[in-house]
Amino acid sequence: MFDACADPSSLEGTIWLMCYLTTAKHFAFYGSFIVVSVLLLCAAPLSLLFGFVATSGVRSSIWPVRLIAQGYINMVRGVPDVVFFLFVPLALDQLFEFIRHKIICSHVLEPVWRGTDFIVCKAAKLPLSTSDLWVHQLYAFILALIAFAIVFGAFAGNVLSGAMKAVPRAQTETAAAYGFSKKQVFWRILVPQMWVYAIPGLSNLWMILIKATPLLFLLGVEDIVYWARELGGSKTSLYAYPHPDWRVYYFAGLLIFYLMMTWVSGKVLAKLQLKLSHGQATMAGKELQGYSG
Amino acid sequence: MSSCWTTIQDYALRSLGIGERILPKTDITICEQAVLIGSGLIWNIYFGVIAVFFGFWFAIILAIGKNNRSAICRIPAISFIFLFRGSPLFIQFFFAYELFVLLPKLGVTIDLGFITLSAETRWLTRAWLGGLIVLFCNTAAYSAEIFYGAIRSIPSTELEAAEAYGITGWNKFWRIIWPSMLRLAWPSYTNEAIFLFHATALIFFSGFPAWRQSGDALYYASYFADKTFNPFLPYPIVAVYFISVTLIIIVVFGAANRYLNRHLDIQQRPKLKLSINLLR
Repeated sequence: MFDACADPSSLEGTIWLMCYLTTAKHFAFYGSFIVVSVLLLCAAPLSLLFGFVATSGVRSSIWPVRLIAQGYINMVRGVPDVVFFLFVPLALDQLFEFIRHKIICSHVLEPVWRGTDFIVCKAAKLPLSTSDLWVHQLYAFILALIAFAIVFGAFAGNVLSGAMKAVPRAQTETAAAYGFSKKQVFWRILVPQMWVYAIPGLSNLWMILIKATPLLFLLGVEDIVYWARELGGSKTSLYAYPHPDWRVYYFAGLLIFYLMMTWVSGKVLAKLQLKLSHGQATMAGKELQGYSG
Repeated sequence: MSSCWTTIQDYALRSLGIGERILPKTDITICEQAVLIGSGLIWNIYFGVIAVFFGFWFAIILAIGKNNRSAICRIPAISFIFLFRGSPLFIQFFFAYELFVLLPKLGVTIDLGFITLSAETRWLTRAWLGGLIVLFCNTAAYSAEIFYGAIRSIPSTELEAAEAYGITGWNKFWRIIWPSMLRLAWPSYTNEAIFLFHATALIFFSGFPAWRQSGDALYYASYFADKTFNPFLPYPIVAVYFISVTLIIIVVFGAANRYLNRHLDIQQRPKLKLSINLLR
């Protein structure tokens, strides 16, 4: 990076540390923080969407839809999220490859699952074995993103359906009395009013989502945990910057990073909650009114 | 059927290192998967039960500390709770493992004058102790926040009435605050216990190595998924096991909830409603 870093073995003290922290691998490490942020920013709206669809499903008049939606939003109560994080990407990968295999290689008649093997033809591999490294990484990231969206969609479904139940019945009954159709009641009364009840749950969900991001590591994405282990492991004198096992310091750094993330998020969300409570017929809203006179 | 019985004999206690040493590698049957994953569940239950039991008492100490007026009690409690609630459990496991690995090199010897104790730090790098310590601290922090909230929401009239009758200090805590606190906190605490039990599945994926392939339920499930390339069997088996244990937790904690609220009218008793609000 810097000219002074050309010969690391001759460096000492702070210059050594500065050069050490600006190696190409360290920049990959810093870049992985962006990966985590991108995951957070994509997963949050996506899971909100999944949750919203599931909540609408719970209220559906068609019973199979209702059953599936109920099962989906309740699954996270009984099964640890890690199980889904391990299962969903693997299952999706096989599903995609299986579908591609059926379409692209329809001439191959042997079954895909053979004993302890899962074999699809070369052209059906996803991503293709000839594609670049970044395609593989992107594919792994997208699978991980879908897994996050599915798990947190179920959590969000719980929060949103609770929020819809919290909307006073008088509101929907009045709307029905005025001749609103079921659809109109849902979109014009229930949905606009539920958010204020959903915000505490959704804030909490955001915190859970932040704290779930290190699980990316389990899904084969080169995230901050991967790099912390990679860079922190002891380096012999074969390396340009030899050092003993420093993983504990790297993980301490990650710990501080996450503490800062949750602390800042907590402050911002508390402010948001306060803002949204203004003029609401909830306890917090009434208290605000009382304090401001 | 009879072959499944031999599988049970071979593998039912495999996760504890008892029985057949070598895991099935080829021609893996459903029976083998179910038995081995069930055997791994012993570890999940072990972690869950011990961490919840000891974490409960520590959480109460922390909650009282956080509620204390003096900063000497309050600040350590608040910092501890913030540290363990604000960071991911996954990172906590990694950090603790690396810390425990470094410990023997630092050398912990306690000199008591007449006898020298060299503290066994090597056990700390094993999941059964090291992972348990992290889980214990984690659940203590989360539960402490729940109990703290419960202490804060005890009606002040109850405390005033107690003082009017001359009940103060330890008596006031033990006879007035304690039962109300437990009663108010119990529904949230049930959730905490369930999610802690789910969190036990993380241990063997987070630095703590599985010694001689003795892991928890998810460890064996991912082993089978790797070996058979078929995730559609082992993971649903894990799911069924976890759902069953979750249901048992709900039954046990529900009984405790009824006991704690036994003095109230049936209509007034709070239901054990499972919400995932305000949790990890």
